Amino acid sequence: MMEYIPLNFPFLAAALLVGISFYILIFKRNLIKLIMGIGMLASGVNLFLVALGYRAGGNAPIYTDVPEGPMVLPVPQALTLTSIVINVAVLALMLTMVILIYRHTGSLDSEKSRKMKG
Amino acid sequence: MLSKIVRTVANQLILFILIFGLYVIAHGHLTPGGGFQGGAVIVSGVVMLLVAFSSQELKKSLRERLLSITESTGALIFSILAFAGIGTVFFYNFLVGTPIFGRIPATGPGPGNIWTGGFIPLMNLAVGLKVVAGLSAVVLAMALFSSGEEIEE
Amino acid sequence: MTSKKARNSLVIVSLVFVAFLVFALARDIHLNGIHIYTLGAIAPDLALPGGAMVPIRIILEVDGMSIFMGIIWATVSLAAAIFSLSHMARETGQTRFYTLLLLMVAGCFGMILTGDLFNLFVFLEIASISGAALIAFRTRFADAVEGGFKYIVISAVAGLMFLFAVGLLYGQYNSLNIGYLANVMQYGTLDMIALTLFLISLTIKTGMVPLHMWYPDSYTVAPANITAMLVITSHACMYAVFRICFTLYGITLDATTVGWIIIIIGLLTMFVGVTMAVFQTDVMRFMSYHAISQMGYMWMGVGVGLAVLGNPEALATYGRDAISGGIFHILNHAMYKPLLFMTAGALFHRTGTRDLNKMGGLGHNMKFTLILYIIGTLSIAGIPPLNGFASKFLIYESVYQFNPVLAVVAMLVSIITLASFTKAFQSAFTGPQLPEYKDVKEVPKPMLIGMGILAAGIIFTSIFPGLIVERIVKPATDALINQAAYVNGIMGGMP
Repeated sequence: MMEYIPLNFPFLAAALLVGISFYILIFKRNLIKLIMGIGMLASGVNLFLVALGYRAGGNAPIYTDVPEGPMVLPVPQALTLTSIVINVAVLALMLTMVILIYRHTGSLDSEKSRKMKG
Repeated sequence: MLSKIVRTVANQLILFILIFGLYVIAHGHLTPGGGFQGGAVIVSGVVMLLVAFSSQELKKSLRERLLSITESTGALIFSILAFAGIGTVFFYNFLVGTPIFGRIPATGPGPGNIWTGGFIPLMNLAVGLKVVAGLSAVVLAMALFSSGEEIEE
Repeated sequence: MTSKKARNSLVIVSLVFVAFLVFALARDIHLNGIHIYTLGAIAPDLALPGGAMVPIRIILEVDGMSIFMGIIWATVSLAAAIFSLSHMARETGQTRFYTLLLLMVAGCFGMILTGDLFNLFVFLEIASISGAALIAFRTRFADAVEGGFKYIVISAVAGLMFLFAVGLLYGQYNSLNIGYLANVMQYGTLDMIALTLFLISLTIKTGMVPLHMWYPDSYTVAPANITAMLVITSHACMYAVFRICFTLYGITLDATTVGWIIIIIGLLTMFVGVTMAVFQTDVMRFMSYHAISQMGYMWMGVGVGLAVLGNPEALATYGRDAISGGIFHILNHAMYKPLLFMTAGALFHRTGTRDLNKMGGLGHNMKFTLILYIIGTLSIAGIPPLNGFASKFLIYESVYQFNPVLAVVAMLVSIITLASFTKAFQSAFTGPQLPEYKDVKEVPKPMLIGMGILAAGIIFTSIFPGLIVERIVKPATDALINQAAYVNGIMGGMP
């Protein structure tokens, strides 16, 4: 069964996630949906980074209960972890700002809560 | 504030979550894990307490001044460890070869030795402290802010 | 009250110390060449330990162009911090304000001085997050929070696209170091996609024209000295574009196409920026549209240099002068634009409004602010004694040899700039003294000292433009064009 899944399936999934999130960012008006779209974009990019590190026949770079053989480099996993930490901070900041905007203007629609034009 | 069954179960479960989170922080140089991952596990336990008890109750135990001091202590320990090897280079691993955390491990798979890794386990502890204090403060501030009350300076 | 004095003096002393270190490093680099620093190795310049083929560990690499941006950032952040000692004195939560300000200084320095692509991404995000938190700092204004929200959404999307492109390059060549990638780069399809993603994500953050809607909204509502620092952060993103186009890709990219794309971006940006600025009534919004338009000059100057990069005799005749003009304009813009923003902040501090229709006749009371505003206006319009004229003239005479239409459009934009600034000057400062502003005093001393540092820099550059071009701008141009020196700094002469 495993040979029917093509080898670049994770990359197709990452491209699909990025595409859907760009559709959300351009066409949706609710502020909470915008934040969810940015979270989905972050998931797509993190999946792409982890899928880059696959080497056929390699093992995980840990100590306990791993079979003999060559180990992969832990660099893509470190990049992904740093990206996850940064996205946690960005999402926390965005959610706090949405709470403040709701308090000032009483609506979550991005067309009704705009005050600056021109 | 939820019902009495939920509050009792949350009181018992927080101990196991705390132990598991400290295990993930402390073994960061041998198994997958480390400072941020273990800190996030402990914060999920704090969120469970926040949902079971209301945010007004939790504010009496987790005071804002204590969280701020803990967070700054974690950052300060990290900076001091990074600057301690400034005689050679910034971030030089000066504990390799010394008996504290400094043994050289054997190559290849096998049960790891916890006294290896240089200053990486100490940095994991500092980052874990900072993440627990910081994310708990963020979650508590958002819960208090949505229910109408402000946190002072 | 002693803790307040201790905190203020800690901030100012550390920024003065950082400025001293940056100037010492600048002198060392101009005498001795490129310096590298490996974090965590046995010795600072051991990039390839034990005969390895690929550089390991994070390496910071500083050449003439990096230290040029470093000098600008050290000066402007010191002036902005001194300005905020009295501008933010009435807010609550000032400890958090200074923490965020020092974080932003660290983030932008990391972006300028690094030699590693992923390190650039991390510091770009640090600078964006602290910048957005500083824009929305005065939470009692509704439009401040909205401006901060727009800034963080745009920065998050741009940062994630940048990370996608870094992942593409890492998957092909297994290294993240700029010097090593410049050595092994072959220009395939995936590298073209990565270059497109890099250019789009970084030019969104500098306010390029089709995607510039967020820029005036965010820069209007921030406190005035934070806007001054954010302008330099967008200059640092422009520096990252130059580092990727000239050093990472170098000769291998299709120089004519990419150069023409950058020139068209510069033309559109200049023109749209200044035409939108003419009919604004809010003084900070008016100045941020002018900031967009002046960036177009820098894009055009360096774009002409990039378009002739593969053509050695055109490069020697006018290409080098075009790049020098663009880089000199970065230096001048970084001195007069923060000064103008700070004068607008001084007007807001005393009158409580940003609307030009409501202000009038303030020149009778605020004499020092009037003089500083006149210095800034003459400089941005390119009037002969001041330094704006020197850099614009260098751009005009080299771009004219490339294509005459570009120079004509640039001169037209300069004339419209002067016209709009004259209108703003007349409505804010001259005229009869209005009754509600009768007892408006001059702004407090720390704000005047902050603005005075920048004005002193403008006057020094106006009196000795040749000295500045010889000693600071020419090494930066040579460092950008000379890709081989950057690679040799890391690989140490290995083939």
